[in-house]
Amino acid sequence: MHHTTTLLIEVGALLLLLGLLGRISRRFGLSPIPLYLFAGLAFGHGGLLPLSASEEFFAVGAEIGVILLLVMLGLEYTASELVGNLRAAAPAGLVDGVLNALPGAAFALLLGWGWVAAVVLAGITWVSSSGVIAKVLADLGRLGNRETPVILSVLVIEDLAMALYLPLLTAVLAGTGLIGGGIALAVAVFTVVVVLVVAIRYGNLISTMFSAKDPEALLLGVLGLTLLVAGVAAQLNVSAAVGAFLVGIALSGPVAHNATELLSPLRDLFAAVFFVFFGLATDPRDIPPVLLPALALAVITMATKVVTGYVAAKRVGIAVPGRWRAGLGLMPRGEFSIVIAGLAVATPGIEPQLAALATAYVLITVVSGPMLARIPDYPWFKKWLAGRSAARRRTALAAPD
Amino acid sequence: MRVRVEQTTLPGIGVRHDVVTESGRRVGVVSHRTGRRDLVIYDEEDPDASTEDIPLTDDEAEALADILGASLMLGQLSGLRQQAAGLLTEQIAIPAGSTYVGRPLGDTKARTRTSASIVAVLRDRDVIASPGPQFRFEAGDVVVVVGTRKGLDGVTAILADGDPAG
Repeated sequence: MHHTTTLLIEVGALLLLLGLLGRISRRFGLSPIPLYLFAGLAFGHGGLLPLSASEEFFAVGAEIGVILLLVMLGLEYTASELVGNLRAAAPAGLVDGVLNALPGAAFALLLGWGWVAAVVLAGITWVSSSGVIAKVLADLGRLGNRETPVILSVLVIEDLAMALYLPLLTAVLAGTGLIGGGIALAVAVFTVVVVLVVAIRYGNLISTMFSAKDPEALLLGVLGLTLLVAGVAAQLNVSAAVGAFLVGIALSGPVAHNATELLSPLRDLFAAVFFVFFGLATDPRDIPPVLLPALALAVITMATKVVTGYVAAKRVGIAVPGRWRAGLGLMPRGEFSIVIAGLAVATPGIEPQLAALATAYVLITVVSGPMLARIPDYPWFKKWLAGRSAARRRTALAAPD
Repeated sequence: MRVRVEQTTLPGIGVRHDVVTESGRRVGVVSHRTGRRDLVIYDEEDPDASTEDIPLTDDEAEALADILGASLMLGQLSGLRQQAAGLLTEQIAIPAGSTYVGRPLGDTKARTRTSASIVAVLRDRDVIASPGPQFRFEAGDVVVVVGTRKGLDGVTAILADGDPAG
């Protein structure tokens, strides 16, 4: 068969399969991410049916997928939301980083994978999945809940922290050493601050480059600018993802609103390609040996996320049930963890088991997280909480001092 | 009638407004960036949690706002006019020279004399729904009346010069 013909058949069949999988997952109220990963595992190296011609297509598509995921994330927030949140939620963000990044780093060091892998794994266990969590909150009808802003602000801080972490990671992975890493971080901090200041002070300036009314020109313009900035950022060792995120933040008003609508279908397509590609690049035979470590890591870091949410909610005076809802709601890791692992996997010299561990880890948290998030709604849990608070009151009465 | 409305931004989603009622219940509205609005009602025992989360379309939200704002009645009445044949609604202005300016509604004895009912009074931009017999008219008030054609004409006549019969 002609190369192009095979490519069409492979890409078509795989996308069709993804469509069916996405439909199934939605029927059960699950995120489609785990199913996309499974599909990738099945068709990749060492899978059931290795693809031959379309690998390059999926590789490029995955790159675009990451960029689109990040630009859409940036479009979701306005610069003032990011900055306004910063002061109030910074302590919660700090607790979040310490409690969740350190276990990942310690785990990598414990397995003897070296400190580069430790930096990578720290990122993987740190960031919750904004996409999955926002969807779970909407599905469970908790958008109006008073602990929801706490959850969202933790996510915002994480996303902002990623703008500093990703360039650092890129520098570390490129092996540029301490000085290179420091320079990359300084460039990233400078760029992020400049973009935020420009976006807040002159929000309309960048947006006026585009017309919100002409869909075709807007789509091409925003996509072009995003890819261009992402490429330039990658060239400067600041990470393409961060460049895209900043473009998203810099756009505002009706331009941002319309661009979100136009880019959403593209994001859905290429993000699916990205998850599949990550699965494709992982050999499923590598997973069984890391399954137990992944499970252990998942249990530990899901527990630390519960603590994070509990503490963050307590700080703003949310009652005990709400604290549990915040904690249990923050558990799923998803797209960002895969983005980080994806960056690492492409680097020579990094522990090859890392990709398998990351896949298994994300699969575990993204499937169990949304289910565990429902626990506070069950009567037995409410009863247990009520029993606990009654017991505490009794002990307080018994020992008034 | 000032009520404390608490506003909370939901980064990436929109804004939430909520109000604690005099009876101690908390009610809120989540306005999504996309234009969707959710009406949320909070749990009595766990005031942080919403028990109900009702998505509303633009039209539904507007209708609900109208009902709560009490200006819906006129629309309802015009609907009623179409439903019940022979029953009509009319808005009748009280002329400045009317004998009833400054006098209570009960004095008109409109219902007994014409069997048409005064269901509301529009004053400036306010709606006074179901005014009682003690309600005092002012010049410029517009009276909303429901009744038969004959009844409505009777009320118009009463308000204009005082007596339908004479």
